[in-house]
Amino acid sequence: MVSVLVFLMLLGAVAACVFRDLISAVIAAALVSLIASILFYFLQAPDVAMAEAAIGAALTTAIFIVAIRRTDRYEQ
Amino acid sequence: MRKIITILLLSIVAVGISLSLAKIPFGQPKTKVGTRYIDKGIEETGAVNIVTSVVVSYRGFDTLGEVTVLFIAATGLGAVLRIAKTKAAAIEPASFVLQTGCRVLFPLILVFGSYIFIHGHLTPGGGFQGGAIIASAFVLIYLGCREKRISEKMSTTLESLGGVIFVVVGLIGLAVGGYFLLNFLPKGQPYLLLSAGIIPVIYIAIGFKVGSELAGIIDNLIEESQ
Amino acid sequence: MSFLENYAFYIGAFGLILIGLYIILVKHNLIKVIIGLAILDTGVNLFLISIGYITEGTAPIFSGSETNGQQMVDPVPQALVLTAIVIGVAVLALALSLAIRLYHHYGTLNLREIREQKW
Repeated sequence: MVSVLVFLMLLGAVAACVFRDLISAVIAAALVSLIASILFYFLQAPDVAMAEAAIGAALTTAIFIVAIRRTDRYEQ
Repeated sequence: MRKIITILLLSIVAVGISLSLAKIPFGQPKTKVGTRYIDKGIEETGAVNIVTSVVVSYRGFDTLGEVTVLFIAATGLGAVLRIAKTKAAAIEPASFVLQTGCRVLFPLILVFGSYIFIHGHLTPGGGFQGGAIIASAFVLIYLGCREKRISEKMSTTLESLGGVIFVVVGLIGLAVGGYFLLNFLPKGQPYLLLSAGIIPVIYIAIGFKVGSELAGIIDNLIEESQ
Repeated sequence: MSFLENYAFYIGAFGLILIGLYIILVKHNLIKVIIGLAILDTGVNLFLISIGYITEGTAPIFSGSETNGQQMVDPVPQALVLTAIVIGVAVLALALSLAIRLYHHYGTLNLREIREQKW
C-alpha cells in the first residue's frame, strides 16, 4: 500500500518536470502534495497532514495559477 | 552538456546520501526529549494535544519567529506588486449556480475554520490549519462572486491585531513571572475547552493573523489581473 | 522485499529531493524552477517526519481511553515541520511576486534570454 503511493508520488514529480504546459505541471505538483499528506497520516502525524493538505495542496496551487495567469502559459 | 553534468553530480550526491541513510534504522526511538515532553506534558501545560504544547508552550519563541517571517513575506509581496499594475478588463459574472453555491458555502467554511483553531489544544488542528481554511473561504468568494473584494483596511487591521495580541501576552508573562511567554492563566482540568492557560488565546490570535494574511496575499496577486 | 517495506518512506522523500534539485538546476523557465523549489520543500518535510516514526506507535494526542498505555511517536519533529510548511508557502509567494515583476520588465521569463539582455 505504501509502496504504491510512493511510486505514484515519484511519477507525479517526474511529470511536473516533463510537461510543457505550466498549468499541467502545477496540477502534478498538487498531486505530489496530496499524496505526501496521505503519507503523513500513515506516519501517525494528523496535525502535519492537515497543514500539508490545506496549505500545500490548496493554497500553493491557487497562488501558482494566479501568477501564471499574469505571465506566459507555455514554457519556451 | 548541462544535463550530463547535473546527472553526474546528482548521482554522486545520491550515493553519498544513501550510504549514510542505511545507518539510520527506520522505526526505532532515537531521542529522549520527545519522551520527556510526552510524560510531563499534561501536568506542565495542561494541553492534551502534545504537538500543540510543543509548538506554543515549550517552543513558543520559534512560533513568534515564524509569524514574523510570514508577516515580512506578505508585506514584501504587497510592496513589490504595487508598482506592476496592468489594465483592468471587463469582468464577466459567474453562472447562477456557482454564485449561489459560493454564497451558501462561505459562512459554513468560516465556522469550520474557527472550530479548528479554537479547539487546537484538544484535537488535531491549531492556528495555522484553521487560518489556511479561512483563507480558502476567501478564495472561493473570489471565484464565485467576482465583483466583491475584501476591504484592505479590515484585513490589515485584523492581521496587526493578531500579532500585537501574541506579543502582549508574552510581555504580560514577563511582567508577572520570570520569563517571556510564561503560562500565567490557570491550567484547569484537561479535556475541557477552557484549560491549558494561554494556549487557546495565542492560537486564536494566530488563526486570525494567518487567515487574513493569506487572504491578503491572494488579493494582492489577483488585483487588476482580470 | 522487507528492505522495500522498511525503507519506502526514505526512498520517497529522497527521490523527491533529487527530482526537485534536478528541476532547479536544469530548467530555464523561472516558474518551472519555482515548482521545483516547492517539490524540494515537500521532500524535506516528508524526510523529517519519517525520522521520528516509531514502529507500532500512535499519534501524540491523549484521548482519555485505554490507548494511553501504548507508545507514542516523537512529537518534536512534527512541531518543526509545521513551522517549515508555513514558511515554505511564504517564500513561494514572495518568489512568485518577484517573477511577475521580472516579466513586466523584460517581457519574457526565459532565464537565458534575460541573461543576454542584461548587457
